[in-house]
Amino acid sequence: MARAAVSGRLTWRVATVAGTRWETPTARTLVLDVPDWPGHLPGQHVDVRLTAPDGYRAQRSYSIASAWTGDGPVELTVQRLDDGEVSPYLTDEVTDGDQLELRGPVGGWFVWRPEQTAPVLLVAGGSGLVPLMAMIRARGAVRGRQPFRLICSVRTPRDLLYADELARRVRDDPGLDVRYVYTRQTPDGWPEPAKRISVATLNSHGWPPDFGPDCFVCGPTSFVETAADILVALGHDPRKIRTERFGGTA
Amino acid sequence: MSMLDGNALAGDLREVFAADVTTALYTCGGCGHADVIATLHLWGPAPGQVARCPHCTDVVLRLVQTPDRLILDLRGTVRLEIPRAG
Repeated sequence: MARAAVSGRLTWRVATVAGTRWETPTARTLVLDVPDWPGHLPGQHVDVRLTAPDGYRAQRSYSIASAWTGDGPVELTVQRLDDGEVSPYLTDEVTDGDQLELRGPVGGWFVWRPEQTAPVLLVAGGSGLVPLMAMIRARGAVRGRQPFRLICSVRTPRDLLYADELARRVRDDPGLDVRYVYTRQTPDGWPEPAKRISVATLNSHGWPPDFGPDCFVCGPTSFVETAADILVALGHDPRKIRTERFGGTA
Repeated sequence: MSMLDGNALAGDLREVFAADVTTALYTCGGCGHADVIATLHLWGPAPGQVARCPHCTDVVLRLVQTPDRLILDLRGTVRLEIPRAG
């Protein structure tokens, strides 16, 4: 932090891939060792920059999936976009020991601070779960008591990120609820057909507006706009709804 | 072309400004709508990014990166209110 404070501006650093794991058939977590990492807040992201041998550069933003507890690596979960320029490299090519250029942590708006006491509603569309998972992990790390509800929309059960960890946290982290909505294919025996999130979903599984929850919505643009519009229509204070959009593909 | 939002400008703006400008309040030069930079609709990707007002779709901010320069066009915002670090 001291070094950053001298210039006041942010520069690129070199991160080393210390490990990887597949979260779904198309999403992979990169575990990165970043020297002198200053720590981050849940919801913040980093920019990753790739440089081709001919000097061509491509840069993308990725949410940080891990919580910072004063030490340890930084984890990013990257969803492969088949027509993407950067993500297929990060999901399919990168191996342990590779180095990546990284800038961050950045973004001070779509963040949850463990000092916040209000109930929290997290609404995730697909890999929009990543920054929200960092919030759940940060709450778990400090044994937070804020009531947390996650509503997570995914296409099929195969697309669930962090399914085992979320099931464990629902059991072990008091006050955390998770509700899944499947848009294309449900698990066997699921009590409702595949559908998109609706007024009824957010009304039944979110918090009443009277509770004054902090709402975080992250996903593809159309998902974010639908969910945020529903929350406002249900009576939530627009100033307490924070959104983060990625990409145009649903 | 894909649409993101002003959150994704955080890194590029932190290369220029000492503070996090995504939490700054802009006032749109087109319609007068005011909100934080993070809520702008962002069309990209880099090296040429255009951020539009979610209310009237006017261009509020443009950011172009070349190998040795960063060009920031703020003509679409009449005011920028930046929180000071606590």
